[in-house]
Amino acid sequence: MTLHPEKLACITGAAQSEVGRPSSRTALQLTADACLAAIADAGLEVSDIDGIACYPGKSAEGGGIAPVSPSEAAAVLGIDPKWILASAEGFSHMAPIFNAITAIACGLARHVVVFRSVAQATARMASRSSTLMSGSRSRVDGNNAWTVPFNALSPINTFALYAQAYFEKYGANEEQLGMIAVNNRRNAGHNENAVYRKPLSLEDYLASRVISTPLRLFDCDSHIDGSTAIVVSHKDAAKDLKNPPLHIESMGMAVGGLWVGRYEGDFTSMPAAHKCGEMLWSRTDLKPADMDCAQIYDGFSIHVWLWMEALGLVPPGEACRFVEGGQRIALDGDLPLNTGGGQLSGGRFHGYGHIHEATVQLWGRGGGRQVADAKTCIISNGGYGYGAMILRRD
Amino acid sequence: MSETKPPARKLPALEPDTAFFWTSGADGVLRIQRCGDCGLYQHPPFPRCSSCGSEAIAPEPVSGKGRVASYTINREPWVPGLEVPFLYAAVELAEQKELYVFTNLLAPIDAARVGMPVNVTFEQHEDVWLPMFRPDETGGAA
Repeated sequence: MTLHPEKLACITGAAQSEVGRPSSRTALQLTADACLAAIADAGLEVSDIDGIACYPGKSAEGGGIAPVSPSEAAAVLGIDPKWILASAEGFSHMAPIFNAITAIACGLARHVVVFRSVAQATARMASRSSTLMSGSRSRVDGNNAWTVPFNALSPINTFALYAQAYFEKYGANEEQLGMIAVNNRRNAGHNENAVYRKPLSLEDYLASRVISTPLRLFDCDSHIDGSTAIVVSHKDAAKDLKNPPLHIESMGMAVGGLWVGRYEGDFTSMPAAHKCGEMLWSRTDLKPADMDCAQIYDGFSIHVWLWMEALGLVPPGEACRFVEGGQRIALDGDLPLNTGGGQLSGGRFHGYGHIHEATVQLWGRGGGRQVADAKTCIISNGGYGYGAMILRRD
Repeated sequence: MSETKPPARKLPALEPDTAFFWTSGADGVLRIQRCGDCGLYQHPPFPRCSSCGSEAIAPEPVSGKGRVASYTINREPWVPGLEVPFLYAAVELAEQKELYVFTNLLAPIDAARVGMPVNVTFEQHEDVWLPMFRPDETGGAA
């Protein structure tokens, strides 16, 4: 049998900085906070770290979406990297983790810290339009040129098309979609680092303002300042560390046409995400029914339905009915979902909050939101490119 | 024009592969890149056919007819001066399955439906002709 590289790697530490709207600390400070805490959580010293990676690197564009480079972080942390990477596109925001796994499997590094830092809350304090897709030039080019001239200035307009088509094809409704936000908030109440913790009822959801039909304010994630970091280690170097290693049971990845403005399918699924799901399950003997909890990407609420179907957690067209009422996705339900509040309540870490929450659950650190005896967790990531992992604890 | 009043739309840059699309409406005709060898239409344009690899690709007039694949009513005023609500849509052109163009629907806000037949029309801003779509009163692209 082929030895998949992810079988050689595991997650040994994880941490999150404070999360602010905005934070008084700079993005580089927050990055250092998260990375140092993750390294300490693994029971390692900075000098043990020989690799560093992040999504997406550094850019002045995008309103705080890319505030810190891995080179800067390495210098500030005192890491002397033998392997370094910033990855802005491809297999979702998870690509740096997949690359870290590969580097470890190839022997280029033993302990890699992977971080995701954002400074979008601060950027929006300076300019509310800084996070729109229109960019700073007088005309818009590249992929955004297909949408921005029609005043689709936010990704919500794109994913609203998916939500509307899904609603019409499968007879789904806003009460069903609202359960994503309501369930997330219910879980965020137990997560001190979530940005929104005040209870949210389905009535509150339905009374919230419509942004782009059928999506409302509470269907959107939030701009934050903060950093999340994980340590990925070679399994041989993970044995005697502080935490039980979290095995990377399998990984899946795919990229479709959305990156380049080419749309596939009928707007009721993300076809490339289904390919990602097929790859994920082809690399493990585990089955969807074996998952103790799920951290599913929720840049917008509709992503959760599309991803649940892409990963085979429910059949096509069934996610809407699976989440209805909220019992099946509750902490004691069939498939506890976004147990830390997801991005809708936890803030836009581009999926790294989901990965962090998977470690919280598998290391039994969930407190009031702990899923009983959680040993497996499926994680998905991305709206334009697609990545997924299954983490498993012995 | 006052400095504080933003333009109604941010216009697309005319890039080598895309300029034909944005200027096509100058004579009232929508054009989509098509492969001269295998006949595939592709949008956005590429420098070669994404099916057969041929570089014999060129803009070709299309009917301008299609159907609404999906739509949304945008209600959020993202920038000062943006008039809301408006309809944003993906139109599947009649010429080929999953050949999508993004657009604004020029229709009453409550009239949009998935599957609705539409016809192209153009809105000129400077050197750009934005393809917009209206409900097709003739019964559509059958």
